Amino acid sequence: MTAACAIRLNSALTPDQKALFQSPDQIRNVLATARTVAIVGLSVEPQKASHFVASYLQDAGYRIVPVNPRGGVILGETVYATLAQVPFAVDVVDVFRPSPEVDALAAAAIQIGARVLWQQLRINNIGAAIQAREAGLVSIVDACIKMEHGRYSGGLHTVGMNTEIVTARRSRVHGSTF
Amino acid sequence: MTLPRSFGFETRMLHAGHVPDAETGSRAVPIHQSTSFVFHDTRHAAHLFELKQYGNIYTRISNPTTAALEERIASLENGTGALAVASGMAAQLTTFLTLLSPGDEIVASSHLYGGSVTQLTHTLKKLSLKVHFVDPTRLENWERAITPRTRLLYGEIIGNPRGSILDMEPLAKLGNAHRIPLVVDATFATPYLCRPIDWGATIVVHSATKFIGGHGNSLGGVIVDSGKFDFSSFATLAEPSDAYHGLRFHDTFAHYAFLMKARVETVRDTGCCISPTNSFLLIQGLETLSVRMERHVHNALLVARFLDAHPKVAWVSYAGLPDHPDHALAKKYLPLGPGAVFTFGLSAPTPADAREKGKQLIERLQLFSHLANVGDARSLVIHPASTTHQQLSDDELSRAGVGPEMVRLSVGLETSEDLLWDLEQALEGLP
Repeated sequence: MTAACAIRLNSALTPDQKALFQSPDQIRNVLATARTVAIVGLSVEPQKASHFVASYLQDAGYRIVPVNPRGGVILGETVYATLAQVPFAVDVVDVFRPSPEVDALAAAAIQIGARVLWQQLRINNIGAAIQAREAGLVSIVDACIKMEHGRYSGGLHTVGMNTEIVTARRSRVHGSTF
Repeated sequence: MTLPRSFGFETRMLHAGHVPDAETGSRAVPIHQSTSFVFHDTRHAAHLFELKQYGNIYTRISNPTTAALEERIASLENGTGALAVASGMAAQLTTFLTLLSPGDEIVASSHLYGGSVTQLTHTLKKLSLKVHFVDPTRLENWERAITPRTRLLYGEIIGNPRGSILDMEPLAKLGNAHRIPLVVDATFATPYLCRPIDWGATIVVHSATKFIGGHGNSLGGVIVDSGKFDFSSFATLAEPSDAYHGLRFHDTFAHYAFLMKARVETVRDTGCCISPTNSFLLIQGLETLSVRMERHVHNALLVARFLDAHPKVAWVSYAGLPDHPDHALAKKYLPLGPGAVFTFGLSAPTPADAREKGKQLIERLQLFSHLANVGDARSLVIHPASTTHQQLSDDELSRAGVGPEMVRLSVGLETSEDLLWDLEQALEGLP
């Protein structure tokens, strides 16, 4: 793994909060080891941000688990109404719901034994993040899981975005600094 | 726990935007001179076209060499990302076409490059976009020109050709109060001398042809977004896009909505893309930017002082000199020096005499190249009254702020004593 450099842009968090909830090492570790990502608030609409994220994660080899009270099937996966109803282990709980709803979702994520609570870009319930962290989960706040994957796998760079990665080390895997 | 390191400007100038690849380990950024890129499979192709996957399709939209240029400039400008295009003019136009709808208005500084004035006045008029030019030196002029249809404030950090300095900080605040983004052309400054985003600008555009490339061999332009402006009130970014099945760029791409829209709609459709080889040459320039700019401003100040003291020179307009009206602004925004392009006037009793002396000066110079460009490693000179503006009468010239006695220099990296020698021998021979 290459040496981490500071990631400072595009977040409303304070530097102290970023150190706790946006650590590049933790994010890279989550992305490298997680297999199953429950997406709470995944929309059936193909042009919504949550749908973009879900199809991207499938392409990247993750199993996505839609969580949404409407039920049905999204992107070939059964939709569960709540996290508690998912009948198998989930690594990451990725949240596309308004910040006030994250307290209950943090409790549910702890309850089902998830390893990570991930609040998407512009969702920043710090209380819920601390709750998850104190229960031993990795807690990520105000970041997009697709963009973070793209940051370290080289994709975000292809569209001219500032990944803030600065290294002279050769990539180990094509297009990746995981 | 040690905090992750924030790397300095010069380090990012050399390393940002390029990680040596796994297969070859190429240390220099490779030139990907390819029009198009092979898909993994049909699903991959479909997802690329729907913008659900990152990746290259066609060099008109993105290219790996160009991406290295884009990310490097974004990093140096402290921006969230960048888009490189064919020229500085294309960078401006792409910005306008991406943000504005017919009927929208721009308030622009009148201290702009002549080509920009023409683009804003005539080409935008054809698209039903209206421009109000204001004297940029007083904030109330900007404020008075803002209407409910104003969507953009526009100015050059170092105005061409007068060398006036744009007071960006209060202007960005004014824009924020009206929810209007400030777009700044920072061509003459480069990110080494001034980073407008740090002063509140939303978007920075460059003619990379000038000091960024720095060697007078390649055209290119760059658009950088701060990622900090809330574009939710901009119809072009917030409303569903017909070109992408009703995709709302602002909802889906958040802080990179503007750059994505500019890339996958505006540049895709207008075709004002940059060549990968030009991107490579501009990257070569960027890698020595700080070293070159230090020398450019050093030589520029020596030349400006020399001319200021010369009996055959009536005036010198360089904000690095203490008597320039914008000297204090230059010290605030450009503490290392206000660039290396400036104008001076020859002493002459009449306008006709001034035109003639300007011509003679150009003919006598041995080291300054007579051409229509700035920002080359070599020193450049032009006398607008006998070249770019020769069809204008004396009255028209003075209304354009271009007196018949005015000469523009772009001071290069030659031995400074040689530049002073050249100017001295050329001035000495004038009647």
